[in-house]
Formats: sequence, C-alpha cells, structure tokens
Amino acid sequence: MTHQNYARSIELPKEQIFPNLKNAKRFAIDIGGSLAKVAYSADWHRRAPIVYDEPDTEGSIYNVAETEETMVRLHFVKFETKYIETCLDFILANLIDSKEFIRDKIIKVTGGGAYKYKDLITSRLGVQVDKEDEIECLIYGCNFLLKNIPDEAFIYLRHGNPDYKFQGVDQDVFPYLLVNIGSGVSLVKVESDTKFERIGGTSTGGGTFWGLGCLLTQAKSFDDLLELAENGDHRSVDMLVKDIYGGAYNSLGLGADIIASSFGKATRLDGDRFQKEDIVRSLLLCISNDIGQIAYLQARLHGLTKIYFGGYFIRGHPLTMHTIAFAINYWSKGEIKALFLRHEGYLGAIGAFLKGANEEDAEKYCWGENLAGSSGLTSPNWSCAQEEQLLPTNFTPNFDLFELDRLERPVLACPLLLDPSSYFPDTVDLMYDIDARMYWLKCFEDSVEKTVALAIKSQAEEVDVEERARKFREKYVGKLRTLLVNPCAYGSLTVRSLLDTSSQCLAEFLFPDPYSQQKVQESELALKQLSGHLSYLDTLSGISLHIQLARGLLAGNVFDWGAKEIRELLETGHFSFKDAQNKLQERPWLIDDLDSWSNRLMFQPPYRCAAIFCDNSGADIILGIMPFARHLLSMGTEVILCANSRPTLNDVTYKELVILVKRVAELCPVISIALARYKLVVMESGQGSPCLDLRFIDQGLAKAMVDRKADLIVLEGMGRAVHTNLYAAFACDSLKVAVLKNRWLANRLGGDMFSVMFKFERSQKTVASPSMT
Amino acid sequence: MADLVSLPCDSLSSSSDSDVEAETLPSMPYFGMDIGGTLTKLVYFEPLDVSEVEGPEEKETLRTIRKYLTGNVAYGKTGIRDVHLEMRNQKLGGCRGTLHFIRFPTSEMQAFIDLARAKNFSSLASAICATGGGAFKFEKDFQEQVNLQLHKYDELDCLIRGIHFIDRHNYNVECYYWAKPPDSNSQTVDGQPSSNLNHSHCSQSGKNHYVNGSSQPDHSGTSQLDQSNFNGSQQYILEKDHLGDDCDSSHSGLDWVKKPFDFRNPYPYLVVNVGSGVSILAVYSPTNYKRVSGTSLGGGTFLGLCCLLTGCETFEEAVDLASRGDNHKVDRLVQDIYGGDYRRFNLKGDLVASSFGHMMSKQRREEATREDLAKATLVTITNNIGSIARMCAATEKIERVVFVGNFLRVNTISMKLLAYAMDYWSYGALKALFLEHEGYFGAMGCLMEYLKLGHPS
Repeated sequence: MTHQNYARSIELPKEQIFPNLKNAKRFAIDIGGSLAKVAYSADWHRRAPIVYDEPDTEGSIYNVAETEETMVRLHFVKFETKYIETCLDFILANLIDSKEFIRDKIIKVTGGGAYKYKDLITSRLGVQVDKEDEIECLIYGCNFLLKNIPDEAFIYLRHGNPDYKFQGVDQDVFPYLLVNIGSGVSLVKVESDTKFERIGGTSTGGGTFWGLGCLLTQAKSFDDLLELAENGDHRSVDMLVKDIYGGAYNSLGLGADIIASSFGKATRLDGDRFQKEDIVRSLLLCISNDIGQIAYLQARLHGLTKIYFGGYFIRGHPLTMHTIAFAINYWSKGEIKALFLRHEGYLGAIGAFLKGANEEDAEKYCWGENLAGSSGLTSPNWSCAQEEQLLPTNFTPNFDLFELDRLERPVLACPLLLDPSSYFPDTVDLMYDIDARMYWLKCFEDSVEKTVALAIKSQAEEVDVEERARKFREKYVGKLRTLLVNPCAYGSLTVRSLLDTSSQCLAEFLFPDPYSQQKVQESELALKQLSGHLSYLDTLSGISLHIQLARGLLAGNVFDWGAKEIRELLETGHFSFKDAQNKLQERPWLIDDLDSWSNRLMFQPPYRCAAIFCDNSGADIILGIMPFARHLLSMGTEVILCANSRPTLNDVTYKELVILVKRVAELCPVISIALARYKLVVMESGQGSPCLDLRFIDQGLAKAMVDRKADLIVLEGMGRAVHTNLYAAFACDSLKVAVLKNRWLANRLGGDMFSVMFKFERSQKTVASPSMT
Repeated sequence: MADLVSLPCDSLSSSSDSDVEAETLPSMPYFGMDIGGTLTKLVYFEPLDVSEVEGPEEKETLRTIRKYLTGNVAYGKTGIRDVHLEMRNQKLGGCRGTLHFIRFPTSEMQAFIDLARAKNFSSLASAICATGGGAFKFEKDFQEQVNLQLHKYDELDCLIRGIHFIDRHNYNVECYYWAKPPDSNSQTVDGQPSSNLNHSHCSQSGKNHYVNGSSQPDHSGTSQLDQSNFNGSQQYILEKDHLGDDCDSSHSGLDWVKKPFDFRNPYPYLVVNVGSGVSILAVYSPTNYKRVSGTSLGGGTFLGLCCLLTGCETFEEAVDLASRGDNHKVDRLVQDIYGGDYRRFNLKGDLVASSFGHMMSKQRREEATREDLAKATLVTITNNIGSIARMCAATEKIERVVFVGNFLRVNTISMKLLAYAMDYWSYGALKALFLEHEGYFGAMGCLMEYLKLGHPS
C-alpha cells in the first residue's frame, strides 16, 4: 500500500507516456510481479502529401497538397507495476470522452499479476477482464516480433566491439527454444504459431537470485543486487577447479578457473570474511550457469539450435545477458549462441493484444517499428545515470515506450536477391566502425537546423509550425544523442537507420514531405530540358551512347538535397544539369564497369525486364533515369520503375512518378507506347527511405519481378547503391550507379568528391542460364 | 544365501587374489585415498593374517597404524570412521581382512600429513595412492614433508572400479532404491518403523556387518550420529510431523520406502557423483564410460549457502536444520502465482515455481526460520541435480541413474526427493538408485588400482 501511495504522489509526465491515448481502441495488459505493460491500438492521424494530376494555370506539372490520413499504430508502455493504479486512472480519465472507449468492453490481461489485479481493472475501467495464458502470449509476441522487426534478435558479447550483434531478419523463424526467466524458468519449444510445448523448466530463476540475494546481503532490489554483482569477485566464494586440483583438470578438459562448486568456499567457518559483492557475484554466476546448462541440455535433446532468452531476469541487463551468454557458450562449446530480443519485455503484452485483436487482423499485416516513438534499448538506470546529461530532457527512465505502425501493404524479400537469408542491406555497420559512427552522428546533427528551416518553410502559413519544428529538433537530436551513448539502442546503427529516423521524426510532427514544392519545381525544370537531351542522345550509338546515358544517370544523381556539400551548391539556384555533368569524375571512374556493361548490351540478347530503383526527383529521374529506361525499352526490355511508397528527402515518390512518367510520355513516343503497352510500369517499392532494404519490398513489386522474369536490377544513388547494397549479391545481373557526394565517404572509398561508381555485376547464380552458353 | 555362493563375482574375486598375483602385490599397508574439494575419503584394509610381513620394524609400524585406525572411531576433531560401512571378511592381496572407511575434511590435510610423519609412515611403503583433485594439489606436500610419493590415479576410473568392487562384494545390500509405499497408511517396513529411513538395511544377512543390530564396537559410531540428531527414528518423526501440513508430501517422496536393488546387470547406467560439485558419468560397460556433464551446484553449494544463511557449521547440522524446516515458507509455488494448477502446461499447483521466490518480500524474509531456509536450500540443490541428471539420462537414453557422493550421507530427504522426482518427471521411465557406501567409491577404486586388482565384472 505504501508503494501505491508513493507512486500516486509522483507527478508523471503522462502525455509522453501514453501517447495518442484519446484515439485508443483496444487494450491489453501484461502485469508482471515487477513490471506492467499496457498495449493499445489507436488510430494515428498523420499528414500525407497528396498529388493532383491537374496542371494548374501557373503551369505546374502537378499539384501537391497535404491531407490527413488515418493509420493504425500499436502503442506499448512499460512501467513498474507499482504505478498500475495511477496508470489505470489516467487511462480512464483520458478515454471517457472517446466514443470508441474500449469498444466491446473486454480487456485481455496476462502475466502473473493477472489474478491479483483482475478486480482492480474490472472496477476501475468497468470492463470485463479476459485472462490469457502467460506463456502462450509470450510465444505469440515472440513470433510476431521475429517476423516483423529486423534486428529484433541479437547476440550479446560483453566488451565486444560492439557489445550487441544484431541478427537481421530470420527467414526461418521456427523452430526455436524460448527460455523465459521470470521468478522461475520455463523452456518452451516453438515450432509454429500454433504448435509449441513447455518442455521443461527450473525453479532456480530470477526469484532465486532476488530472494537468496536479499537474504545474503540485505540488498533491497533486484537492480541493487546486480550492481553488487557487477563489483564482486566470485573466486573468494566459489571453489574452483584449481582449488581442488591445484591447477586445471586436463584429462577432463576442465580449466583451472572453472567453478567446481558454487559457494564451495563459503563452508569454511570464518564466514564473516565474505564480501557481499562477491557473494552476489557467485550467486549470479551459479544461477546463470545453471539456467544455461538446462537450456543447452534441453535444446540438444530436442535438436534446437536457436535459444532466445527473455524475462525479468534478462531485461536487457548487460550483466545477466553476459552471464547467460557465457554459460550457453561454455556448455555448447561455442556451438550455440544465446539470443536476446530487443523488445523482450513486451512479448506478453504483444501476445495478449494479438489474442484480442482478431478484427485488426494484426497478424495478417506487416508492421514496422516507429523509431520516433520507441524508447529503444536503454541501459538500466543505474548504469546510464552518469550519462544522463547527454540524454534528452524528456527522458523518463521509469517508462519505456514501443510503437509499431501497420504498413498499408504487405512487404517481403526481393526475389532477385541471391540469398535473402544472408543478405544484409547496409555497407557500413556504424556499431563496428567507430570513426564512421562519429562522423555520421555529427554530420546528421549538424544538418538538423537545415531540416528544421526547410520544414518550417514547407508549412510557413501554419501557426504551430515553429512549435512542431522545435519538437522535431528536440526529438531527433535526442535520438542522435541516445545513439552516441548507446549505438545499439535501435538495432543495427547505419546511415540508413539515421536517415529513416529523421524521416520518421519529421512525420511524427506532421512534416510528411518538406521537399514537396522543391520536387515539383525541379521536375518542371528538368522536363523542359528533356526533349533537347533526348535529341542529343539520338545522335549517338554504341558505346558513346552508353557513356552518355551513364553520364546522364550520374549527372542527374548529383541533384541530391540529402548531401550536405551538394545542398550548398543547389542553394545558389544556378546549378544546371550541364554543371553537374562537368563535375563528374573523368573516366576511368572509381569503379568503372562501363565497357563490360556496354558489351553486354551490344553483344548479348536484350534483357527481358529491368527493375530500376529510382532516387531523386528532378533532373535525376527525368534526365537520368528516363532516357536510360527509354534506351532499354527501345531494345525490347521491359522496365519496372520502382519508387518509394512514402516521401523522404527529395526522393521521387510513387505517386509523383506516375504523373511524371505521363508528362514524359507526352514528350516521348517511345515512353508513351511502352506505357500504353505495359512494357513500362511504375510500381511502389514499399519503402520510405533514401536507402533500400531489399528484405522488405512491396508484395506487388516482388510479384511483378517474378512474373516479368526480371533479369536486371538497377540501383541508383548513394543511398541505394553505396550506403546499402554495395555488396549485395543478386540472382540476376545488377547495375549499381552513384556519384559520391560526400567527401568523407568518397575519401574512405579511395576516391574524391564526385567520384563515380558504375558497378556492373553478372548474375551470381552458379547455374549458368541457357542464354549464356 | 544360496545365491551368494554362485555369484560370478565370488569366483572372480578369488581369482584376482591368486597366489601368483600375491607375489607381485605391493607392500602393506593398503590404503586408498580420495582427496575431494571438501572431504578426504580413506579406505584402509586391515589384514587379519599379517604373517608374511618381513622385518620387525615394519611390523611394528604397521601394527601402530592398525591399532590407531581400528582402535578409534574419531581422529582428532574432525576425522571419522564410518563404522557402519565397514566390510569384514574380505580377501585382498592374498589376505583376509576388513575394509574400513574413514573421512576427514580436506582442510585438515596438514594434520593428516603430520600424523603420517608421526606414525613413521615413510619407513614402510614407498608410496601412497590417491585420487581426486587433492592427489595433484597435495602431491608436493606429501613428497616434501613426509617423503611419501603419491601415486595418482584417475578419479573417474577409481569411482567406477570402486562401485563395481563394493557392489560385487556387498551383494544384495549395497544397492537400493526408494519405492512408493504399497499402502499409503503403512509407516513401517519389516516391522522396523525407524530403520527404513536411514542407514539401516533391508537385508541384514550376508557376510557383512551393518551398524544396526551389529555387535561390533560401533556404539560410539552410532552415538556420533546421535549427537547430531541423526538417529533414524528421530528423523522419521520429525519428517512425519511435517506431513500434516505439507500439501506436497506427495511431491517429496517422504513416505517412500527403501528396497534392495539387484545391480548385477546394471548397464548402461548413469552415475551422478554429488560431492562438493557434481559429475555425471554414463557407464556402458565395466571399462567403457565417459563424463557427460556436471554442475557446480552440489554438496558444497548446499553447505556453503546454509552456512551463510543459517550460521550453521557442519553438513550434519545443515541437514538437521533442513529436516525440521518447511521450504514452502521460502519457495514460491505454482499455486502462489496461478492460484492453483497451471493447467495449460500441466503443472501442479504445489510444485515449486521459484526457489526462494518468497524471499523477495521483506516480510516473508523476516518470517522464515533457519530451518525453513536450510530446507529450501536442500530442496533447491537436490531438485536441480535431479533435473540435470534426468536430461543427461534422456540424452544418453539411459534408464538407471545411480546417485553417489557424500551429499547423500545422512540425507534421506534428498534421496527420496531424487527418487520421487526421477519417477514423476519421467513418467516412471527412470529409476533412481543409491549405494550404501555413498562417498567411498573413489577411495575404494584407488585401493584396487594400488593392488592392481582386475575390474570385477
């Protein structure tokens, strides 16, 4: 009771803790002994750009405006169970006005506290409580995260560089062993969404550590114990192999420092000499090793090679992850690595929510993590306290948030990848590469003011624009600072993730497309130059045509507002397509496969179908991509132009591209005919990023690639061909084209500003296609 | 009795001490020593006919040693001879005699070395044979301080040899198991209400002597046990008192009864040796075995934690405390979390869900007694050993699991708990077996290695 009174007296920053609560539709609660998690789905009203295909009187090629669109967002909030009453009151107070208040008056509740708090929830919220099985919910939650969230799973390597090794996307989630370490331990073998079985467990779990730890040291909390353990040395308490043998026991391969008997030295009569730190350290190792052993033995017995650990004992805590990982590594002789989950604390809440969410069809959709609204992996309070000054001002250590957005359309792995399971999109892992991390974090922070200015300009007439822009800055800089302290907070840290975080933070504060006007103007300008450019190209043939097409692609690609150095050029307003061509590196380029590309075009049968992933609006798409596509079309190759589903920077979006292609068709018969005959199609990529993650492309696009038997993939721009996919292997020929517009990166790749990358690779499929014989 | 005559081991043992071998036998005295992390175990063979020993000085020294060892049941403050385990009328190295079983804390090794010097040990044999980690750790001390060379033998070889030797020579009484009572109301077995629970035996027949009903000068040995409240009847009553309010009596096997087990054809079987730590061996034949696993949560963990939690000082004291405690005051049960059984996964409400789980609460911590804490520690360690043993058995596809080691000494609670747990969780597929000489097999095997005795098959 005193706990609750204490909690009540705390002034909680509630708006931040339960975002979007007024639009909440459905709730689920997971109440653990120590932590409670509230899950709710809510309509999220966001702004989206809308593109009108009606040239207005001023001669714009199309009109843009903003509209409101409604999407579904899942919110998860984790807090200490002692706040549960306060939080229920707050939820109630904020829902009472909502027409959809807990629509059918049923709330799914799971977790050990489901019994204890059932009446409280029923009376406070006036709803019916459905208790859901804890382990079932954990499994549903775990399956859901593993299928939807890249880098959900990771291996933990203490003092490694980095400590976290994220596992990307697992194409074969099942089977696996889930070890949930709560007060006790359950081991569940999971073979599918519906087939799972508790194959074992042990009563020696987190409760044992906590209970015994308090008895032995008078510490008060779990985290106090971990802090003690952090500073302890178990060797004064445990009997090691060398204490018995005087050294290693070589014939059994037992090293001298292996623990032979936990607490074995504590039997000596002078027990007072033991430090509590050492005792707790010994206890932690004892329990971790035991759980690790049991998990390993069960995994081996059931032929399982993936073991995920979760539960209060783990809680993302470095020390417990370390001891568990160590134990699994020891028992399996390095064969199996312990896997942990970024959102491990939410498994039960997600599962409980899914159980009650039939009508949202949560499992039929694909979901993406909203980086803007999620807390990310946080180190426990005590260890990051010292860095607190670096963290954003709205940082609330007692509350952790996680948000998922429902994607409008399903996404899946690109069928042109050689091996989706080994594909990793990002070229540089900023977790490993400290120089690169420091450079990019600073680079992105330095460019925040420009982005803020542009955002304000894009909605200058709105009264709250400055306020929203300020919030954006605070949020995004906060994320960057968090990443500076803990680079692993949101999964793999890459240039892609930093770009995506920026876009998502902008969208969060209703700046869906700050570049929309700029994109129209640049495309208009480029369109005016198109006919002349096409006429010039038509005078060329053979390799000289191929060179000019390539140079067109490259020059177009210079027009990139995402690159700091380029932005300064473009801001002068006098930078032309011709200027861009002159800036390009002279041949031989940094990577120069133009001759083999040209030979391929001239001396082998034309490609059946090329999938071209487009980059920027304006000159890039119109003077670069369109002539290139026109040439392929003229050779009889079908072309799929793939554009982002959602806006980011000045990248052309699907909706814009549909209109732009029509405008081009008005000027160019080849395009016009191809469009009419469906030889040229525009499709959405399913992405909203300047980079390209080929694990998640739009289902329709993936189908088209297969149906049209695409045998060439073209990736254009730094984001899609350098920051990501530079080393991606494809099952068909690939062309990666980009101009290096960042001096630091160019230098790193052995080039300079405006160095050219023209990388043509033949299919890496080992089976030769018939046409190649 | 008729069975004994036709035992294959009988013929084997007689062949192994044939005259030819006797000539090559090493000199007296016959010792086997197993120096473990916590306890040192010593097996001493007392010859009844020592005629062949040459030299009066050696003879005198040997007599001194024999008199010292057999004339006492306690040595110094901590050395103890387990009189109830002695095996009489054994034939070793051409001699008939008695095997004595002695133990002392390894921390007292210096006192033992001093004793060996005082008894002029080095004037006799040139070597003493030892196994266990201490054989390596103390090798130099023996060499430098007593001029004794330690002959080191592999720990696991000795363990397995010792098991086979003692079982063969203590047939029908060495190996036993705990069985569900035929009638749940029955509290007696063979009309001996107390004897079935501790160190007595279902069979008193045969050539061996056991403590209960034995006419040996072992009263002091018994009283030693009595001093630590480990008389069987007392323990039984204490446990019985608990049954009244224990909702999970059915989960601890408290009412199970001791039965002899025929161990003549045991292969394959698992040996779980619970000393300070735990080693688990899979044994496929007398000579084919391997260490399959182990855990650091063993007897040393039980005693170490009990010392820290209750301030007790000895294993006997810790087990005594445990016998009077209630782990439900300390452990969280399934029903404490789920209000009853956890039906979805078929877990009964009275199973322990979290060992020491109640101790997260300050109030519960204040309510728990030393006895409760000791019991919870014992149950935690025991169940954990059982659980790991079970998985190893399943992995190796083995049905018989033999628990040995000094953790089981005067510890019927753990034995019954292990017996119950093996049966319950394996749906009756696994059988937990126990051996009377609990912790002495390594030392026995070591003695056999010294005598170069063949492996009894």
